[in-house]
Formats: sequence, C-alpha cells, structure tokens
Amino acid sequence: MMASSYSAKEEDGHPSGAAGTSNSSAMKSKKPDNTAFKQQRLPAWQPILTAGTVLPAFFVIGLIFIPIGIGLFVTSNNIKEIEIDYTGTDASEPCYSCSDKSKGNSTEPTTPCTCEVSFNLEEPFESNVFMYYGLSNFYQNHRRYVKSRDDSQLNGDISSLTNPSKECEPYRESEKKPIAPCGAIANSLFNDTLKLFFVFPNGSKSEIPLIKKGIAWWTDKNVKFRNPGGNNNLTAVFSGTIKPVNWKIPVYELDTDPDNNGFINEDFIVWMRTAALPTFRKLYRLIEKKNSITPALARGNYTLEIIYNYPVDKFEGRKRMILSTISWMGGKNPFLGIAYITVGSVCFFLGVVLLIIHHKYGNRNNSADIPN
Amino acid sequence: MLRWIRQQLGFDPPHQSDTRTVYVANRFPQHDHYIPQKFADNRIISSKYTVWNFIPKNLFEQFRRIANFYFLIIFLVQLMIDTPTSPVTSGLPLFFVITVTAIKQGFEDWLRHKADNEVNGAPVYVVRSGGLVQTRSKNIRVGDIVRVAKDETFPADLVLLSSDRREGTCHVTTASLDGETNLKTHSAVPETAISQSVSSLEAIVAVIECHQPEADLYRFVGRITVNHCEEEIVRPLGPENLLLRGARLKNTKEIFGVAVYTGMETKMALNYKSKSQKRSAVEKSMNTFLMIYLVILLFEAVLSTILKYAWQAEEKWDEPWYNQKTEQERNSSKILKFISDFLAFLVLYNFIIPISLYVTVEMQKFLGSFFIGWDLDLYHEESDQKAQVNTSDLNEELGQVEYVFTDKTGTLTENEMQFRECSINGVKYQEINGKLVPEGMAEDLPDAVDSNLSEEDILFLKAVSLCHTVQISYDQADGLGDRQANGILHQMEYYASSPDEKALVEATKRIGVTFNGNNGETMSITSFGKLEIYKLLHILEFDANRRRMSVILQTPSGEKMLFTKGAESSILPYTKTGEIDKTRMHVDELALKGLRTLVIACRHFTPEEYIEIDRRLHEARTALQQREERLADVFSYIEKDFELLGAVGVEDKLQEKVQETIEALRMAGIKVWVLTGDKHETAVSVSLSCGHFHRTMNILELVQQKSDSECAVQLRRLDKRIKEDHVIQHGLVVDGASLSLALRQHEKLFMDVCRNCSAVLCCRMAPLQKAKVVRLLKTSPEKPITLAIGDGANDVSMIQEAHVGIGIMGKEGRQAVRNSDYAIARFKFLSKLLLVHGHFYYIRIATLVQYFFYKNVCFITPQFLYQFFCLFSQQTLYDSVYLTLYNICFTSLPILVYSLFEQLVHPHVLQNKPALYRDISKNALLSCKPFLYWTLLGFCHAFVFFFGSYLLMGEDTSLMGNGQILKASRQLMFGNWTFGTLVFTIMVITVTLKLALETHFWTWMNHFVTWGSIAFYFIFSLFYGGIIWPFLHTQDMYFVFVQLLSSGSAWFAIILIVITCLFPDVIKSVFYRHLQPTNTQKTQLNRNGIGISCLDSMCCFSDGEKACAPVGRMLDRMIGRCSPTRVGRSWSTSDPYYSNDRSILTLSQVEATPC
Repeated sequence: MMASSYSAKEEDGHPSGAAGTSNSSAMKSKKPDNTAFKQQRLPAWQPILTAGTVLPAFFVIGLIFIPIGIGLFVTSNNIKEIEIDYTGTDASEPCYSCSDKSKGNSTEPTTPCTCEVSFNLEEPFESNVFMYYGLSNFYQNHRRYVKSRDDSQLNGDISSLTNPSKECEPYRESEKKPIAPCGAIANSLFNDTLKLFFVFPNGSKSEIPLIKKGIAWWTDKNVKFRNPGGNNNLTAVFSGTIKPVNWKIPVYELDTDPDNNGFINEDFIVWMRTAALPTFRKLYRLIEKKNSITPALARGNYTLEIIYNYPVDKFEGRKRMILSTISWMGGKNPFLGIAYITVGSVCFFLGVVLLIIHHKYGNRNNSADIPN
Repeated sequence: MLRWIRQQLGFDPPHQSDTRTVYVANRFPQHDHYIPQKFADNRIISSKYTVWNFIPKNLFEQFRRIANFYFLIIFLVQLMIDTPTSPVTSGLPLFFVITVTAIKQGFEDWLRHKADNEVNGAPVYVVRSGGLVQTRSKNIRVGDIVRVAKDETFPADLVLLSSDRREGTCHVTTASLDGETNLKTHSAVPETAISQSVSSLEAIVAVIECHQPEADLYRFVGRITVNHCEEEIVRPLGPENLLLRGARLKNTKEIFGVAVYTGMETKMALNYKSKSQKRSAVEKSMNTFLMIYLVILLFEAVLSTILKYAWQAEEKWDEPWYNQKTEQERNSSKILKFISDFLAFLVLYNFIIPISLYVTVEMQKFLGSFFIGWDLDLYHEESDQKAQVNTSDLNEELGQVEYVFTDKTGTLTENEMQFRECSINGVKYQEINGKLVPEGMAEDLPDAVDSNLSEEDILFLKAVSLCHTVQISYDQADGLGDRQANGILHQMEYYASSPDEKALVEATKRIGVTFNGNNGETMSITSFGKLEIYKLLHILEFDANRRRMSVILQTPSGEKMLFTKGAESSILPYTKTGEIDKTRMHVDELALKGLRTLVIACRHFTPEEYIEIDRRLHEARTALQQREERLADVFSYIEKDFELLGAVGVEDKLQEKVQETIEALRMAGIKVWVLTGDKHETAVSVSLSCGHFHRTMNILELVQQKSDSECAVQLRRLDKRIKEDHVIQHGLVVDGASLSLALRQHEKLFMDVCRNCSAVLCCRMAPLQKAKVVRLLKTSPEKPITLAIGDGANDVSMIQEAHVGIGIMGKEGRQAVRNSDYAIARFKFLSKLLLVHGHFYYIRIATLVQYFFYKNVCFITPQFLYQFFCLFSQQTLYDSVYLTLYNICFTSLPILVYSLFEQLVHPHVLQNKPALYRDISKNALLSCKPFLYWTLLGFCHAFVFFFGSYLLMGEDTSLMGNGQILKASRQLMFGNWTFGTLVFTIMVITVTLKLALETHFWTWMNHFVTWGSIAFYFIFSLFYGGIIWPFLHTQDMYFVFVQLLSSGSAWFAIILIVITCLFPDVIKSVFYRHLQPTNTQKTQLNRNGIGISCLDSMCCFSDGEKACAPVGRMLDRMIGRCSPTRVGRSWSTSDPYYSNDRSILTLSQVEATPC
C-alpha cells in the first residue's frame, strides 16, 4: 500500500582479499569496520507519505469506519433506556416531601421517608435489564475524597481495621473508636432503597425481583475487598470499631446474606469505585429475564418506590433511577457510532479531495522536476 | 591561616617571588638565614574528586545545571507540602539521573586516579647520597638529579645536566605534548656536560634560577650558576636546555637532569586546560523552549489556583457534607494554603518539562557521535586516520554552518612542499631532473649544467642547505659512530618542523649540495662531492613577527657570516646589495604561480662586528627579565644590511577534491572564507586554483591600506561597486594590515561588503587576526554559525573561537587537532561531515527536542483539563506509576532509536545535492513555526484524548457490555482510574505512532522499539494491575487495565481516537508535500521512484526504472491513474541541483527552481 522501497542494502560485499591481508599485517589499522550498522547502512524500509500512498489508506478507513459506525449507531439505538429523576426539588414532584428542601434546615433526616414515582414503559425491555442510580454534581473525583479510604482495611487487614490510615481523616475516628470502613467515600455510601413494582391494569402491584449480586467487579469482590477474619461472625470482628457517622447501620448489617455482607457487600464495593466525573451512574440491581418468551420488563405502568435517605440538595445534586438494557458494546452511547460515521466520512471526503489534488498537482510537480 | 586556605583553594599563587632558586642535588647554602622555598611534589593529580569530597562536590556540580535544580525544587516541594503526586514520581527519575551521572563521573575519576597512581608510582632513578637510587616518580623533589634512559619519558621538567655524549646533547620528541614528531636537540651547558657519571654529578655545585612555572611550552627563562674550578660561571638557560615532562628521550642512551618543575607545576600539567564549553544553536533553542514551557506551566498553575478559589467561594463546592475537611486543613492560614495550592498545581503539571529530555539528548549525542568515527568515508587510508570527535555537544551544529573559515596551508593544500623554481642573483632557474636549468633554456640542453653554476649559484645553494633547523635521523643508527659512514647515508631522513625547510634541503641535496648533519656545534655539507664543515655559532630562530630565521656560521675559511631566509617583505627592506628589483619581480611571478616564496640573503661580518654581536646575543640570552624584547632588539640589530642571494619558490600541492568540496559547500549555501598567512599573490592564485574564486568573479581588493581614512574610502567604493553590480559574483581580497584598519573603525561597513561577496580571501593574517575575523562574523547581527578548519598551531585561536572548530590531522603537529571539536584527515571530508552527518544530526536532534515537548504536552494537558471536572482539587488523572514511567519506559526508546538512526535522504543523495543543506539552515526545524506546530499538535491531541474519552465514557454510560470476555451479560462500572487509564492508553499509542509517522528510516531496531514499547506498556499494565502490591498504599489500579481491555467499546474508542488524532496530521503533511514541497521531500520522491538499485551506488541510471515499474504501476492502478511517467525518473543524469558545470548560472538556477 505504501509507495516504499526496501533498500535491503549492499551487504558489504566490499572487503576484498587485499584489504583483508593488509589489515592483518603487523600494524593494527585504525580503519573503521565496514559493517552496515557502523556505516549507517542498515537495511531500512523508507515509507513516504504522499497523496499516492495515503489515498488508499483514506479510502480504506472511510470504507471500514462508516459501516462500523452505522453498526454501532444501530446497536446503540436498539438499547432501551429510561431515566427517572426522583430528586424532588419542585413541589410538584412526588418526592418533594422527602427532599431536604421541604424540611428546611434540619440536616439529619430523622425518619425514613418513602415516596413513589410512576412511569410507563411504552416498549418492553426484552433482554436483561440493568438498574442504576445516578447522581449529578457529586464530586466523587475530588482529591480529598478519592484518597480518603484505606485499602488495606478493606482488604481485611486486622491492624488497619483498628488503626485506619491517616488518609481517612476526618472520617478516621469517631467517639475515640476507629471507623470501619473509614474515610469519606465509605461514609457517604448511597443509602436510598429503590424498589420496582409492575402495576397491572387493574391497579394491583407486583414487585419485580431485583438481583443485588453480580454488580461489582469479580476481582473486587473476591480479592480486593475482604472481611477481616472471614465472612462469618462479623459482629465480633467489628466489635472494636464504630460505624461511619452518616451510616444508620453498621457495616456488618448491610445484608443478611453472609456472602454479601460487611466489606464485600456489592453495593458498597460499587460505591467505593469512585466515579470519574461529577455526573455518574452506578449499577444498582439486575433484572434478569425469567425465560426466553417473556421480556424482562413488559410494556405497561410501573411504580418506583424509594426509601428516601440520601441528601443531595445541599450541592444542588440530582438523583435518578435508570433502567437500561445493554448490547455487546455496553450501554446506550450514540457517540461512538456517530464518531465513527463522521471520521469515516471525513476520511472518504478527504480521499476524494486528495485524489483531485494528486491528479492536478502530481502531474505538475513531475513536469516541474524535469529539467530542460 | 586565611592565606593558607586561599592557597589551598587556588586563589592565591603560593609563590610570591618572580623566580625560583633550585639548588642542584638539594645542596642548600649553609648559612642560617636561608629559607627553603616550598615546591609542589611530583604527584600528578588529574582527578577531580577524592573519596571524601566526591558526594558533596559531585552533587553540587550536578545541581548547578538549571534543569537538575528545577527537578530538585519540585522534589523538595513534594516532600514539604501535601501534593497530588507522591515525591517518588519526581524523586525516582531525578535520583536515577543523578546516580547514573555520578556513577559515570565517579568511574571516569577512578580511571583518572588509577592513571595518576600509575604515573606517580612509576620507577625512576634519582642520584642521592652518592649513588643511583630507584624510587617512585611521585617522590622526586625539585633539585633532585634524575637519570632517564633511552625511550623513557621524563618524569618532571628537567634542566639537562649531561648526556652520554661529550657535547651534552640529546634528542627528544614532544609528540605527546604538541604532536610534533620531529627530533629536537636539547643541550646542556658545557660546564655540567662533562659530569657524565654519578660520582662527578655528586660533585657539582650549581644553582639554577628560573621563572615560576608557566604553561607556555616554548618559553623557559633561567640561568645556571656553576662552581667550576673554584670560579662561578653563569650560563643562560633557555627552552633548549629544558626537558619537558611527557617528552621522550630518543637516540641517546641516558641523560641526567635536575628537576626544576615538578608535579602539577610542570608545563604539561599546566597545559591541562579544560576547554571552554561551546553550546550549539539547538541547545540554545532548547533552553528557549524550556522557558516558554515554564511560562505555560506557571500560567496553568496560576489559572488553576485562581479557578480553584473561585469555585471554593461557595461552601457547597468547598466542603460538601460528604467530603469534610480535617481540622488541620480548616485552621491553616489562608495565604499558606494558597501558596501550597499553587505549588501543588505546579507539581501536578511539572511533567511538562521532562527530566528525561536531558538524559535522552545526552545519550543521543554521546552514542550518535560514534558514527563520525566509524564512517569509512571519513577514513584516510594513506595516513591511517579516522575522523575523531572531541566533543559530542556540537554534532547538530554541523548541520547549521553558514560560514566556513579555512586555513590554506595544510588544509586546502597538502603541506607537502616541492621545490620548483628559484631566482639566483636575478636569474630564474627551474629544477628539472635534479638539475637547475635557467628559465627559457630548452629542457634538452646538455646536462653539464653543474659546471655552469656560478659562484653565486653555489653560495646560494649552500645558504639554502645551511640556513635551517633540520634534523637527521638514521633509520638503523644505533651506534653514533655510524653517523659519518657513507654507507648508510642514503638511509638518512630529514626531520624538520617546517615542511618548507625539508623541501629546500632535499632539493639542494638533489642538485648537489648535501646537508650531512649538525652536531650542535658544526654543520657539515657535501658540496658537489667536497665535504665542508661549518662551525655553527648562533641560530636566530624563526618567529612569526620577524618572519625570518638566520644562522651565523664560521666558514671553513674562517670567515664569519650570516645566512637568512624569510618572507620577502621581511628581508627585502633590509637588503643593501644584490639584484633587488629583479628578484622582487621574480618573487611576484613565482607567487602568481601559486608557489610559496622565500628570499635568501647573507651578510658577512668583520671580526669586530662579530665580537659585538656575540656579546650582545649572550647578554640578551642570559637576561632574566624581558628576554624576548631584548632578543628581538638584538636580532634586528644583526639582521640588516643583507646581501641578496636570491629567492626560492616552493610548491604546495592542492589536496584532492578541494575544488569539489568548496563548490559543494557553496551550493549548500555556506560561504567560504580563506584565511591565510601567505602573501597576496600566492593566496589569490591558490584561491583560483582551488575554485574558491571563479574566473568569472569580479575580484575586489582591499589591500595595502595605510590609513584609516583611505581604508574607509576604499570600503565605500567597494560597497558602491557591489550594489551597482548585482549580476556578477564578487570576491574580496583583504590583507592583514588593511583588515586591522578596517576592523578598527569601519566594522559595519566592512561587514556589509563582506556579506555581499560570495568569496572572501584574507591573506597575510596573524593567528589572532584569524580569530578576530571569526569573532566579527560570529557577533554580527545575523549571528551566523561559523566553522573554522585548520591544521596548524596558528589556527588554534580561530578553531577555538568558531562555533565549530575542525582540526586537520596534517603535518604541522596535533595542536589544532587537540583544540578542535572534530578532527578529520583531509579537507574533502568536510563535505561529508557537514552535508551528511550535519544533516542527519540536525534533523535527529531537532525532531527529538520537538517530539519530547510534544509528548509531554500530550501527557500533561489531560491532567489540566481534568481539573475542570474535579473542582480543581489536584486529583491526578493517571496513576503515580504511570506518571513516573511514561517518560522513562513507555515512550523513551522509540525516540532514542529514531534520533540515532533517522535518515531523511540517503547519504549519497545528500552529498550529491548540497542544496538540501539549505532546507535545514538557520535552525529551520526549531524555528518558531515548527515549534508552534508541535506544541499546538500536542494540545490538540491532548484535547482529543481527553474529550474523546469523556464523550465515550459519557456522563454516565458504562462501556462494558455483555460482549466482555470475563463475564458474560454483566455491565460493570468504570471509575476515575479506568478513565485515566483509557486516556493514558490512547496517549501512549498515539504518541508512539506519531513518531512512527515521522520516521522515514525504519530499521529493524525502529520496528522493535516502536512496537515493543506499545507491547511493553500493555504487558506492564497487565502485570501492574494484576497484583495486590503489598507495599503500596492504595490499590487503585487493581485489575483496572484488564477490565478496560475486556470492554469492546474501549477498543473501538482507542482505535477511533488514535486515528482521529493522527489523520489531520497525515493530511497536513501530504498537503504540504504536494503544494509546497521542500527540496528534501522532492528528493525523497525522486529517490523513491528510482528504486532499490539506486541506493547501492551513485552510478545508477535507468536500472531503477525497471525495478520500480511494477510497484509504480500497481500504485497507479490503485489510485486510478495509468501514466507511467511518474515513476522511473533518475536524478543522476538530469539533476537540477548539481552539475559538473560549475558556473554561476547553475547556482542561480538552483535558487530559481520553482517550488
């Protein structure tokens, strides 16, 4: 494809017999070795970027990228996604009563507040559905926040459990007892509870089973995060410690399933992976397809029940619940497809332009080079 | 005490008196008030450090470099305040660099220590307590009598006391000091010369007074007072009595000498001079870039700090409920906080100035400089000399030269003199087959010309064969008795410090007057078979001011007479009798033929005159103060009232390919100036014959100006002349005297004239004047890069002054070579050195520098952009390990290999098309535009990486689908570290591929390091993320990379972003190549069309056409064109840049070649 030449070079056929003998004679000659390396004559491929050489590349890239882009775009468009904002900043919103706005300045939500949001799915979600919660304006990537954790504590190290890292300050100790898990990240664990109900046309509700395991990285759950002294008897292990100040329950009561309790609680692990950007979503639950005939979520009306705990008003944050199917390439993201189509088209277009230039100027250049 | 310290530190010279008094064999006077002078011991210390001061001294010296200091500061800041990156990230590379440098310097110093110990511990024989004692060299004290045997080197500066010869002479070579390989005769004063045994030496009572040590090798002023037969005899001591440390004894069995200068006070040690550091234009540009980047860095840090405080003004951003500050943070003072924030940003962005740049540049220069020495084309077979690199700092400067200042003798010419013609008493003769034939006579005249030689002719020949300082060496002359044996006369060989003298003596030998030798007191010649012995009374040595040398002899008939030879300007004015006018005419004629001319004259002394002269000479020679001045006075008293004998013309053969080389340099846009000490006519004729001046050139002259005003008038006239006449090229001839006038008052005017002349010739130049001319050009407003090339000691000042100094390994010793930056054997090698090596080094280092800044802009800008998304909290985008290793491991090798092997055009092509040199002149690749291009490119790429990844990760979309490898149907979340790793991965690939696009010369090593670097990054990341590192504080990167790679979208994103980054760049270069191709690019195309066989040799014509045709046709088919004309053109026959017709028209055609 490249107009290039292999200058597989003269492999130094020069050393003649005469030179050889003269070199071996009494005095050692200072003559440099005649090797390709020392003479800078290593065989080399010398590509040159000209219109002629890059033109095919342009067309090829154009021709490959556009179909890929279309494919990606279509895939992304086939992904079904619904997003429900339940923050409740406006009085008309169902969760307004639960949000901080309505409560004025009282910081600590004393009693759990429950609210419901209804929505309608116009199309069924055929394949497995992923349920996310989304936060915005929440700076999980703030430096003070990111480093406020103790990985060795989370890894089940007993000494770190009772003596957490300095990085956890000011969430290191409370009431003279070490906090487990320590640090700002753990302390601000998302603690709204979301439940999803299918509303039958007759008005009766049926709770949709949400699977809470399998949402964290396998390696995180099994290697990086470990309970000190195994998964049993957590109450005893954590006895010398105190729960994070914002938590309502201690870490060993996060779940009843011993495989999802303590540090290896998957909701906790997901939260501990700090998001890159201030607006993020985190995986909350899975809704698995029961069989191949019925869709994971059928068309119809749904109710989202929220036990509203998490305050976001202070930093003008928003809370969302997202339901989405996924494809082989991940969640809904039209950007990749569009980008591929754009780059492919630009390449193709430039290929055409270059072809014209090549025809016009390529000839002229050649004729100009020829001396009279 | 204070003084002692100052002395130890070398501030105060330890000796206060002007002279030192040395008591031979340390027999101090026995009176009480004698205070022994303190002398240094004979220990040579060339090492810089001791075990104790190595660490502090070395560290101090390393941190004096601005870059190292900068990194030290950054490191200290990281230690002091809470910064986003750990101190390790900058401490480790700094530690690495400092350690490597320290080890290298320590090793070099250890070698020096070893060498010192070897030298200092060498066994020597010293006369002590009545016998010969063996001791170590370092134990020699001033005043010791040292015995040196044949072929040994002298362990200290010795005053010769006696040798095994009766007359007390010995021969030495000073090859290791000044490179002169000829034998020099040194002699002892007669009073000590008789003490040839240890016991008699013991008996000598003598005191030597001499100057304090000084570096000049050829200056020694002293006197010896010998108690000889109960009377004190004072004898002068000069350089001929001093045996220098480092010189080697030859042809003499043994000598005894008394040490006068020892150890670090010897002349050799005083000549250990650290050469002044020359800095290349590239280095200066690099420092400018550094400054610009420092400003960018400061700007980014200030901007970030301000924005941070703007955000923090609201409490909800400063301290939301989920992210409280610690007590300590709350309580610290505002100002302190502000400063530490600023410093933290500084640390965060500090990678924009890469520490590895310096390491890589140093390595590139060091390793790259080997190629010059290895080049077979720069190897001279006859003399077995290869090119020599004395400094690797200036490699790239070879590609930037705008002015070449060249010496004539020995540089343009062979410095191999051949006697050609002479003028005796107004008659011109030529040498034909060893006979002198008067000019105009047919060559086949009877060969009995000898008999026709008149008295004057013979006197002239004798004068020529006597007036010199030539030495004779006998090839197998072991025994001194053989010297006079006729049987081995044919084996004798003349050794002379000046090739003129050798040529003259050889010529007279051919004609019939043979010089047989000189034993210090007599000179013998065989004149047409008759042996004549002349008593040598005095030699008035040659010096550059007098420009002549003389000998005073007593003829066999007892008459005392003086022979002198020298430049015609320094002899003719003092001539009284002889055919002055005719000779002057002849001298001019000889000079016109390009011969070097010397005038020979003699003077007869009456006995009274001689006594007076003898007295004055002795007086001047024994003077301790102002000896030179007094000698010069005496010399001018002696050297007058000459009787003119005649003149000789000696031809200096032009070196091969001088003309082609000068032509090539000129086509490369380099102006060539010839600076010579020769006379006007000789210089012009050589200039013409070597192609420096063309026949078609209009030659302007600025010679023999006597006064300031006259000079100014002439300069203005020339200036006008040049401005009137644009079409023709001008050449300028200036002589030394006029030059000094022109430089004194009219520098600017002179410069104007010079700049408009395409060739300038300066004749009759003194060595310092040469340097002055170079400095004048160097400091002119354009600040051109100058190169000086020469072979002799007289070129040293010029070589040191110019940006690049090149020494020719010629016949005039190695002084020029030792002081040069590069040394080559022949002038013709200059064209390869500049056009090929200079070109290579320049493009390599220029791209290296630009690329380095580019890749660090790419590296750091995403970090800067990320601050906008994390409340300016100084959160790093990349993991610390990636921050540290980016420059050290992931991206360092490809650029290093590129900068060692890159070739834009094949060397043969470069050499044949000197015009290509113009493409890189004036620091073209590091000027404002390319710098802006690379910097902006870096920023653009960084934006694409960052926002590409940003859009892709989306506000809240996860990238992993059910297509992932590890676990099906799971969609998992990415965190900030995954985001950073994605950006980093894209960056490493893009930056490596960008260099791949820049590479024109893909050797297997380029392939290896380019693909190897990317592979290494992946392997390393997998490994790094695959383990919970027990000693690491956080496990942020655990399995992040694997998770990233298991996402299909991430792969798509990486491919897309990399291509998006690189394609605009490719398009840009293609557009430029087609719309405004540089000569280099055109050549690449042509060369490509010519194909494979073209590279094998320069003589390829149409062969390549066939080889390339299939490729070309295939290509044409692919792009839909079928014209076969595009391929298969050859440049060898139809080349627009170079042709054999060296007329001006060709040159102007080059410039007018349409782009």
